[in-house]
Amino acid sequence: MSSTTHDAHHDHHAPPKGITRWLFTTNHKDLGILYMVFALIMFFVGGAMAMIIRVELFQPGLTLVDPHFFNQMTTMHALVMIFGALMPAFTGLANWLIPVQIGAPDMALPRINNWAFWLLPAGFTLLLLTLFLPGGAPAGGWTMYPPLILQLGDAFPFLIFAVHILGISSIMGSINIAATILNMRAPGMTLMKMPLFVWAWLITAFLIVAVMPVLAGAVTMLLTDQYFGTSFFNAAGGGDPVMFQHIFWFFGHPEVYILILPAFGIVSAIIPTFARKPLFGYSSMVYATASIAFLSFIVWGHHMFSVGMPLAGQLFFMYATMLVAVPTGVKIFNWMATMWQGSMTFETPMLFAIAFVILFTIGGLSGVMLALAPVDLQYHDTYFVVAHFHYVLVSGAIFSVFAAVYFWLPKWTGNMYDERLGKWHFWLSTISVNVLFFPQHFLGLAGMPRRIPDYALQFAEFNMISSIGGFVFGLSQLIFLWVIIKCVRGGEKASDQVWEGAKGLEWTLPSPAPYHTFERPPVVK
Amino acid sequence: MNLKKLTRVLAAVGGPGLLLFSASALAVPESDWRRPWGLNLPQGVTSLSEQVYNLHMLVFYISLAIGLFVTVGVLYSVVKFRKSAGAVPAQWHHSTTVEIIWTVIPFLILLFIAIPATQTMIKIDDTSEYDMTVKVTGYQWMWEYEYLDEDIQFFSRLDRDSDRARRRNPEIRPQDVEHYLLNVDNPLVVPVNTRIRFLLTANDVIHAWWVPELGWKKDAIPGFINEAWAEIREPGVYRGQCAELCGRDHAFMPIVVVALEQEDYEAWVAEQRGDNGTGELGEPVGAQPAAEAGTPEQREAMVEGAPDTAADDADTDVAEDAAGNGEDMSTDDLMAVGRQVYDSQCIACHQATGQGLGAAFPALAGNERVIEDRDWVKDVVMNGVPGTAMQAYARLSDEDLAGLLTYITNAWDNDSGEVFQPADIQAAR
Amino acid sequence: MSQANDVYYVPHESRWPVYGIPGMVLLAGGFSIYLNGGSWGMPMMVIGAVITLLMTVMWFRDVVNESLAHKYNAQVDRSFRQGMAWFIFSEVMFFGAFFGALFYARVFSIPWLGGEDPATSRFLWDSVVLSWPTAGPGFLDLEFQPMGAWALPTINTLILLTSGVTLTIAHHAMKENHRSKVIWGLAATVLLGAIFMSVQSYEYVHAYQDLNLRMDTGIYGSTFFMLTGFHGVHVTIGAIALFVILIRVIKGHFTADDHFGFEAAAWYWHFVDVVWLGLYVFVYLI
Ligand code: HEA
Ligand code: HEA
Ligand code: HEC
Ligand code: CUA
Ligand SMILES: [Cu+2]
Repeated sequence: MSSTTHDAHHDHHAPPKGITRWLFTTNHKDLGILYMVFALIMFFVGGAMAMIIRVELFQPGLTLVDPHFFNQMTTMHALVMIFGALMPAFTGLANWLIPVQIGAPDMALPRINNWAFWLLPAGFTLLLLTLFLPGGAPAGGWTMYPPLILQLGDAFPFLIFAVHILGISSIMGSINIAATILNMRAPGMTLMKMPLFVWAWLITAFLIVAVMPVLAGAVTMLLTDQYFGTSFFNAAGGGDPVMFQHIFWFFGHPEVYILILPAFGIVSAIIPTFARKPLFGYSSMVYATASIAFLSFIVWGHHMFSVGMPLAGQLFFMYATMLVAVPTGVKIFNWMATMWQGSMTFETPMLFAIAFVILFTIGGLSGVMLALAPVDLQYHDTYFVVAHFHYVLVSGAIFSVFAAVYFWLPKWTGNMYDERLGKWHFWLSTISVNVLFFPQHFLGLAGMPRRIPDYALQFAEFNMISSIGGFVFGLSQLIFLWVIIKCVRGGEKASDQVWEGAKGLEWTLPSPAPYHTFERPPVVK
Repeated sequence: MNLKKLTRVLAAVGGPGLLLFSASALAVPESDWRRPWGLNLPQGVTSLSEQVYNLHMLVFYISLAIGLFVTVGVLYSVVKFRKSAGAVPAQWHHSTTVEIIWTVIPFLILLFIAIPATQTMIKIDDTSEYDMTVKVTGYQWMWEYEYLDEDIQFFSRLDRDSDRARRRNPEIRPQDVEHYLLNVDNPLVVPVNTRIRFLLTANDVIHAWWVPELGWKKDAIPGFINEAWAEIREPGVYRGQCAELCGRDHAFMPIVVVALEQEDYEAWVAEQRGDNGTGELGEPVGAQPAAEAGTPEQREAMVEGAPDTAADDADTDVAEDAAGNGEDMSTDDLMAVGRQVYDSQCIACHQATGQGLGAAFPALAGNERVIEDRDWVKDVVMNGVPGTAMQAYARLSDEDLAGLLTYITNAWDNDSGEVFQPADIQAAR
Repeated sequence: MSQANDVYYVPHESRWPVYGIPGMVLLAGGFSIYLNGGSWGMPMMVIGAVITLLMTVMWFRDVVNESLAHKYNAQVDRSFRQGMAWFIFSEVMFFGAFFGALFYARVFSIPWLGGEDPATSRFLWDSVVLSWPTAGPGFLDLEFQPMGAWALPTINTLILLTSGVTLTIAHHAMKENHRSKVIWGLAATVLLGAIFMSVQSYEYVHAYQDLNLRMDTGIYGSTFFMLTGFHGVHVTIGAIALFVILIRVIKGHFTADDHFGFEAAAWYWHFVDVVWLGLYVFVYLI
């Protein structure tokens, strides 16, 4: 029999008290919660920046902020949302869920886990501090293209080192997750029996470890170009500004799948539960995820169709990108098949999961349009792209996080959330997110470039509609916050299984799950 | 009263009439694609753009079909297989046949799209044959056009009205400016039915040259030249914008292409040569054809000759009166003119506070050399600093430059006490 | 699974990670301020570095003590191994970025600037013809000599390869419980590492003083110093790690079948070795 030892002086089942519990904790559930709380705060910070963007764009003319500040908001909004909200949210879910889903007592490297989390506030301290520096925060877009980014003021080195620190955090978090999945599974939990969320994270962790160092390398070259006279991105010295874009997007494209694969995992857990029917095509789901990850390394050039790549490059990246639609399609169709002939109920998690399937598909299809090199020369750097990626990121990835929180909240807190408020949150969000982002397709096609604080009069109508959608969407998130707070503070007690159709190890645990679980590994048949 | 003023008065009185007249006698029509509630890409005016448009519509309809299939499929299940309607869950969870089908069909669909996409891409990429070449250089924040076979060269920047309306608390509302943010002082003039090769590059940061009706955009990258081509079929005015984030005023560097019939174009070229045979850097050219386009600003620009993007009317008048009499201007007038010019030309980089921006754009306020070195600062402003974003402003009038220099040496507590007179500038030219 | 009889160790709390955080903030923030020309940047940086270093030492000390107390089982050992392997993979990708830059410059940007792209070459760079090594079309009057491959770098390659061999000897000896052999093997490795770094430093001085080859000598200098520089940093870290292991061997921390610390450092060293081979071929030889 196997069991777990802990430092002797602790009571085995209650967490220590006080602030040091959170500072020094190595417990995967504590860290998962820390990650998720951090992500929620950052979602609001990044969302507040988005609100400034939408207010400025509410009508033509410079109504609220200076263009330079607007660019800072665009840049910081993206950095905060991606590195502060979405990635930590997924890592938090991984921390809380993976050990209980595979029957492990904790993560493989608990101390590293603690470090990886606390690096996040450190990185964001440096990054958000730049808002108060002379010259302001980074304003060259989240893609940080040189030479523009080299015109940044005092914020420049802070940006670089913040990216380094956030990168170390993600890499450490992912190494830990990968080692946990590969090494800590309960007896009988073979790879092909793992829940898909675990599979998705294994592959995501691989992507993160593979590409975050490349981003670190790219920004390091920016740093030396700025301060140490190197010429990586300077034609006069034999470099090329476009070289940065290649290196950046070698990171950047896998990064966007880092932001969606865990979402696929979540949806694959929720749909079968509420359809009361096993997931259709488990193994093809796994292979599809792996194929997407593989393809993600060879499609980066689709962000650069307008930079003047040789024809062969354009065509190669176009074909490779189009191919991604195939495995992704398999996933969409498998979810549809799971619902087919099921017996569905529509609690909030399921509603968000269903919205995910439809809205992500819309975003994916506009992605395929963008993938066509000749037409992307029209779409590129317009609001059509902005519409594309918010469909996959907001109504895709963020919706999956909403779904996950509603789905597992009873397991975390022991209380049911307020279903009525949850439904309000869902309907308001789903309607307003479309009001917010759908008109942006039209704006882009009609010729509105992205990253502009002011626009020609012909774009006024759709921008106003989009902004109104944005405000409603933003306000709806206050409901989400309220639901969570309410649920943490009390409510109807949740059963162990919580959902009638729920399957998997985590649902065999009591709700709320005890501080330490599976000290004796369960046997999975 | 000089000619410039006269025409301005005339324009004010007869404006509406003139507008009607020009609209009917329009040699080059305004494209009707740009309008409120616009939903779609333009079909454009080149063979490329049309092909691109068709490809766009093809993939759009396919996407629409797939999107509908998924949406309807999901919603059907939601309605049909709900527990409350008594649905009993089946337990099947696998079917290799079905999975192969929905792997292969999407693949075939993609193959079907890839063929025309490849053909179009090959065509766009082929810049080997051309009848004329225009070199386009992006600057923060304007475009430079050089006609390589014609010895014509000029800068093109945001037109004056847009520039006044785009400030916070502007003097005129954006809503009152025609082609707000989509108009320039000197448009690019090209002939129709001619294969034009564009050579794109940039001086400082990356920009992107985009006119939707030509069917593509292409990045302008410092140190490298990108090639693209267009053959415009219909005379007209086509508008676009810089499409790569290039700093603070990225939103304010529009592009206007005026396509003329061959003979009109030749007349235009002849005129450029006549007025401005040297094609010297910074000299304004290219106002006339804009007039034929018939927009009020462009008409005005025609009558005035040199586009005067700099100063507000009133201040310019003061300057002109003074200069006209060959008299010195008062310090107050100089400061007033200077402030106007500064706010429209320099503020983007050196900021309203004169504190500059970041590492790249030096502060003028409290800048020792600006305060003390009279000749140097005159030289920097008139001739620019080569290889940096700081361009030559010699193209401004003597009065504007005098005001500007007086302003930057005295504003923000610089208080050098220096006064620059138009005559000083004249002498330095 | 195999760990069925093992006891899994979960450290309940650990203060070192959190204590290290202010260190990293000070280090990064201080360096930033220093680069911006602020006068308190440097002191901040030093304080940050000291804190970070202390944190690292304490953290490792805890791990070593736990290991000595036999709190770790086979499963923990596997976790460590996998963690180390993934970490080295991430390092490989980090170097990948710089190798990518080198290849891109040589295969694309230099030829384009230097004549293969007629428009770029003719209109922007006076039709100069460039070939590797070059400082770029904007620094044509900059005279420099590239680093030759034959003398120092070849010696260094041999040194590093030899160090790989001595390390392997030590590893085998470890498995056979030949403690003295382990010690001399390790000592030789560390020594060779130090010699390598000395030669490397000499090469840098030579580059700056005699060849006029510097960081700012265009793309050649950029890639040369970036790649060899980061490699040098890794050699230094690897040598320090091996040195610590050497001391632990002397203290008798390891046994024939329980010496993960040794192996981790050895893997790292071999990785540094392999990177060097890449460097030797692509930076010096070709
Ligand atoms: C979660 C994040 C995410 C995801 C999942 C995706 C998914 C995809 N993206 Fe997107 N993308 C972004 C985030 C994301 N993207 C971001 C942030 C940017 C902008 C970055 C910046 O510049 O700031 C961007 C930009 C971007 C561009 C560059 C546009 C430009 O700047 O010009 C392109 C071009 O090819 C592209 C393509 C795709 C494709 C083909 C997919 C595919 O993976 C989609 C696959 C899915 C489907 C196709 C739908 C389901 C499939 C079926 C129902 C099967 C049948 C379908 C067919 C046969 C077509 N994306
Ligand atoms: C995960 C990533 C993510 C997420 C979640 C979002 C969420 C949102 N994004 Fe953004 N966005 C990006 C990633 C993301 N975005 C990226 C990568 C870019 C490109 C940047 C670049 O060009 O470099 C971008 C750019 C971008 C632009 C284009 C800017 C430009 O080109 O100039 C716009 C414009 O509308 C926008 C809007 C929004 C809005 C309205 C939301 C909303 O969903 C946000 C909703 C959330 C809240 C509002 C917070 C919660 C509520 C409150 C704080 C209460 C108070 C509310 C009110 C007062 C109303 N985003
Ligand atoms: C597109 C950006 C931009 C604009 C617009 C601009 N400048 Fe500059 N300016 C610069 C840059 C960049 C430099 C620094 C050049 C260098 O590196 O030496 C500079 C330098 C200067 C200097 C020298 C300061 C010093 O310490 O070196 C003066 C004076 C100056 N500008 C005045 C002006 C005036 C007056 C205007 C408006 C008519 C103006 N600038 C418009 C970018 C700009
Ligand atoms: Cu020039 Cu954007
Ligand atoms: Cu991509």
